[in-house]
Amino acid sequence: MSLSMAAPDPAADRPANDILLDVRDLRTYFHVMDGTVRAVDGVSFSIRRGQTLGMVGESGCGKSVTALSIMRLLDIPPAEIASGEIIFEGRDLLKLSEDEMREVRGNDIAMIFQEPMTSLNPVFTIGDQIAEAVMLHQGLSRKEAWDKAIESLRAVGINNPERRVKQYPHEMSGGMRQRVMIAMALSCDPKLLIADEPTTALDVTIQAQILELIKEVQDRTGTALLLITHDLGVVAETVHDIAVMYAGRIVERGTVEEVLLSPKHPYTEGLIRSIPSRGMRGQRLNVIKGTVPNPFNMPEGCNFAPRCPYAFEPCWTLDPRIEEADPPDVACWLYTPAPGFPAPKRGAGRVAGELSTGVRS
Amino acid sequence: MTPLQPGSQPDIVEIIRKEGSSVDYEVGLESLNQWQLAWRRFRKHRLALVGLGILGFLIAVAIVGPIFMPFEFDVIPKPDQIVYQGRPPSLAHPFGETGGLQRDVLLLVVNGARTSLFIGFSSMSVGVLIGTIVGSVAGYFGGWVDNILMRIVDVMLSLPLLFVILVASRFFGNGNVILIIIIFGVFSWMTISRLTRSLFLSIRELEFVQAARAVGLSDRRIIFRHILPNAMSPIIVSASLLIAANIIAEAFVSFLGFGVNPIYPTWGNILSNALTFIPLGNWWWPAFPGLAIIFTVLAVNFIGDGLRDALDPRSKE
Repeated sequence: MSLSMAAPDPAADRPANDILLDVRDLRTYFHVMDGTVRAVDGVSFSIRRGQTLGMVGESGCGKSVTALSIMRLLDIPPAEIASGEIIFEGRDLLKLSEDEMREVRGNDIAMIFQEPMTSLNPVFTIGDQIAEAVMLHQGLSRKEAWDKAIESLRAVGINNPERRVKQYPHEMSGGMRQRVMIAMALSCDPKLLIADEPTTALDVTIQAQILELIKEVQDRTGTALLLITHDLGVVAETVHDIAVMYAGRIVERGTVEEVLLSPKHPYTEGLIRSIPSRGMRGQRLNVIKGTVPNPFNMPEGCNFAPRCPYAFEPCWTLDPRIEEADPPDVACWLYTPAPGFPAPKRGAGRVAGELSTGVRS
Repeated sequence: MTPLQPGSQPDIVEIIRKEGSSVDYEVGLESLNQWQLAWRRFRKHRLALVGLGILGFLIAVAIVGPIFMPFEFDVIPKPDQIVYQGRPPSLAHPFGETGGLQRDVLLLVVNGARTSLFIGFSSMSVGVLIGTIVGSVAGYFGGWVDNILMRIVDVMLSLPLLFVILVASRFFGNGNVILIIIIFGVFSWMTISRLTRSLFLSIRELEFVQAARAVGLSDRRIIFRHILPNAMSPIIVSASLLIAANIIAEAFVSFLGFGVNPIYPTWGNILSNALTFIPLGNWWWPAFPGLAIIFTVLAVNFIGDGLRDALDPRSKE
């Protein structure tokens, strides 16, 4: 508990190898009546201090399960973290005892949830709820914790925090509650903030405000951020690096510019194509054909092959892994030569220039 | 949009000009917590208010009454003073007098109120305490813990409870009020625990519970500080009804002579003692303690109804 607070340095000043969180080959399975769901099936990524990683993918691809696995908030059983390491500041979180993990939660790693309307306890004032976390982790007295709650509400741009702390969640709007959640998450100066679809339940104008706020407090406090979303617009505006997940795997990663402006993986391409843009009046919206594969019956070969417009022979039999990809950072046989198969007809770089993304860089 | 014509809306324009647009347009004047809101709704329920009045009066009588009308069980009239007929209500004894020991029925009822209400409320507390703890643990942890606890509940509920309570009171109660309370509590927590468990099963899935875990709170704190207060309303309603059930059960057990030591008055004991005198026409002897039971149970049930409407407005049709 004597871990020092993250100094408010901008991320750029830090050495590139200053890894805060390193997730290696995480596999989280759910054992349910019909079999085993491999919700997260070999995910690896790392986040440096102060850095932001955006994780995108459609519903059910394992983004939230990844976040909950890091926090160890999944109910075990039915969940099982079958393998992998989650190294946070040199410690493997998966090896900590429940008591040690409780010290990490809220203090070192904080989390913001999707639904601000239900993420606050309706029977307590918001001051009570923020102060509770502060008293627990920082050993402050009730009075000091209360002052800290007021201070952190002010820090997230809530007017008149002295009065707001005494209010109940039902007296606030969704955007206001999400601000409270952020204040609560930041009240203990965490080193990593996990935001699981923080803007999904909010309307568009409030979304922009909340993203702005998250970015601003991140700059100010030097907290690293794992931003989970299915909204490419959100990542484009907020993050440095991006990881695209599909069916429990990371299929492509890179900087925002690389991934959004010249997507390599056909799935990323499909995601970006399906964003409606202003010039598309009167046309049909682009979609990725087909549906996410049945989790009990994953296709042999590449998980995306049944929906992929470019699928060719190796995709139906060989499973591309991003760890073995060459060039790195995209798990697709269009780029990595599949062993024992002829090279693909359409090579690397096919998409760049061909695609107008409509995503602001 | 056409601009506002000067003078067309003088008040609003004036206000905005004076105050600027940064006025804090917040409406709520004071924050009411859930209990204050519940009290507002409860006040609208007339029968519940009547019930609260009756019960409040009876509780006041039970607390204050025996100070003015002490019951002295060792004051026994000399044999030549004993008349077997009781005396009907009179000015000196508005509830009449019993046969046999010539006790004032009012004095008995007042002293009985203390024991009967005490047993009703205390055994409810014991039952609710056991029930909420068992239900919370079962609902929160689930799995085999839940399974074992709920099977115990099933077994307890399959017992013919009235007879078990009778037997337990006869062999373990020894007429001792505290032991009777514990026996009643131990055999009345099952429905509360089932209710609590079902509430926990639904509330633990809400996001604020996960948020509380994400903050690093312990299971115990989450159960008792975060989930239980959200489950309180239905528990309070069913606890209020449990008071009524326990008062009736006490009367029943004491009536059969297995309850509180019969030399002390409880409403059940008074009824029991009156039994042999009913054929003599001493109607006042059983009538007043009987009415006391009826009024108490009615009052408690009205309060329970009011609480249900006040605490869970959605349950109202």
